[in-house]
Amino acid sequence: MTAVPVTPGPHRLREMSGRAGWGVLAWIVGIAFFLPVLWMVITAFKPESAAETWPPQFVFKPTLSEFRLVFSGMGPFLTHSVVATIGSTILVVLLGVPAAYALSVHPVKRWRDGLFFFISTKMLPIVAAIGPLYVIALKAHLLDTVWLLIILYTAMNLPLAVWMIRSFMLEVPRELLEAARLDGAGRIREISGVILPIISPGLVSTALICVIFAWNELFLALNLTVTNAATMPMYLISSVPQEGLYIAHLSAAATVASVPVILVGWIAQRSLVRGLSMGAIK
Amino acid sequence: MAVVETGAAPTPTVGIRPRKPGRGEGWQRRLPLLPALIYTVVVTQIPFLVTLWYSFQNYFFNVPQPAHFAGFSNYSTVFTNAAFRGSLVRSVVMTAASVIIAMVLGVAFAVLLDRKFLGRGVVRTLIITPFLVMPAAAALVWSGPMLDPNFGLLNYLLAPFGVHHVAWLSTHALGSVIVVMIWQWTPFMTLIVLAGLQSQPSDTLEAAKVDGAGAFATFRELTLPHLRPYIELGILLGSIYLVNSFDAVRLMTNGGPGTSTTNLPFYLYQQVNFAFNVGGAAAAGVITVILTIIVATFALRLFARVFQFEEAGV
Repeated sequence: MTAVPVTPGPHRLREMSGRAGWGVLAWIVGIAFFLPVLWMVITAFKPESAAETWPPQFVFKPTLSEFRLVFSGMGPFLTHSVVATIGSTILVVLLGVPAAYALSVHPVKRWRDGLFFFISTKMLPIVAAIGPLYVIALKAHLLDTVWLLIILYTAMNLPLAVWMIRSFMLEVPRELLEAARLDGAGRIREISGVILPIISPGLVSTALICVIFAWNELFLALNLTVTNAATMPMYLISSVPQEGLYIAHLSAAATVASVPVILVGWIAQRSLVRGLSMGAIK
Repeated sequence: MAVVETGAAPTPTVGIRPRKPGRGEGWQRRLPLLPALIYTVVVTQIPFLVTLWYSFQNYFFNVPQPAHFAGFSNYSTVFTNAAFRGSLVRSVVMTAASVIIAMVLGVAFAVLLDRKFLGRGVVRTLIITPFLVMPAAAALVWSGPMLDPNFGLLNYLLAPFGVHHVAWLSTHALGSVIVVMIWQWTPFMTLIVLAGLQSQPSDTLEAAKVDGAGAFATFRELTLPHLRPYIELGILLGSIYLVNSFDAVRLMTNGGPGTSTTNLPFYLYQQVNFAFNVGGAAAAGVITVILTIIVATFALRLFARVFQFEEAGV
């Protein structure tokens, strides 16, 4: 580091230009990171013939024809994805809130072990069990059903959700809980009347992260569903043909599949940040 | 709640909660935990028990005869199998490289975003977007519109630097897959580290400034130690998800060229879907789980440390 300038004039000037420099750098990084997404959306509006040229075309007559094609075949896939995502997220919250409560507000004796158990299941690679999972699903007549996806996505997201909801519950002021108890509130009223209103922003961010992971999941869907429960990521894969020009069509499908989560994520940015940092570490 | 008189032995304590924390109290505490606990045990542990069982069976999907006991033969096959060992090594390389680089970038971006500048909110929005893109979409968009040797945007952007029509996915397959994984997970790391930066008390930073500490020294001596639990959390969560990476491998390179990008998830997928070898895949899976448990034991120690921070803060 060089010596700190003594006179206030150049110091301020340097500070201001330094700030602008950081700002420019940040903008460059931001745009560079966003570029592939932008390119995906731009390519989606190209006619197929303009999508695979050298040099790449930046000026072209935009068309919606690829989007129309994508929308026309997407119905069942979209339904399966929406049902699996929302169904599993609701189930995660229903199971996760009481569990988090039992690990934080009135903790069971071995709450530490309980919490470790949940997070340790995330470390077991699900891919290791995919063959047997297929056999179990087959024998239980759950293969290629949305129910199977709901069951598995719930198990997939529950550990992280318990962990997150618990950390939000720890932030509920003790005095409020004491006061509710003095008023004679039972466990149920304590949860619904005191805790839930306070942690609802945290609950929203938890649900949001579950939605992102469930919506985007491919491995289980690809291995365990065929047509009756195939989801949006699988629709996306099916949009890649063996031959012919397909880049514009692929981009349109990728845009349509990604946009719901991107928009929700943008709108709920602050709550997403809160959820990811988990409030656990202050 | 209405209590129906049954005429049987009366239970006078109903409705009156005993003060002493006896067995009833213990069960009241445990009850809310049970549904989630039982659900998780059933859904996540049973498949692994079945995996363990199949790992000792000779069972192929495409062979009509039922599964039969095979002893340790699946295990000896897996251990002597170079493809399995290779995929194991590649999994470690992919996960470590992507998590570490994503974290380094994440810290840098978080420091950038922690400063005030025009349009900070917009830049943050741009940076988090890759995390929100569906991984399958990211993989396909990167492999086609971005990295294609003939019309890909990257070759166009790199042309002024003397790069001409590089077929990234054939010549730099592993690197390309890792780049996409980094691209998707850097935003996650950025957000976690940013939350850490913004929780740093500003008065200690002011004090350091007054004491004449340079920006770099302040960062190294004060900020980095403060960020440590956040960085550990980011690395841990990132590893948990990235070690299971499948989408990018399956859709960008299909494990190739050759087996140069075949990681464990993709190897197991191939074993089940194309070799129909349930027993062999199960044995490989069991070994994977054992290795994971060894690694996870260390990881859980990190989590225990996070607890200590939490308890110190409460």
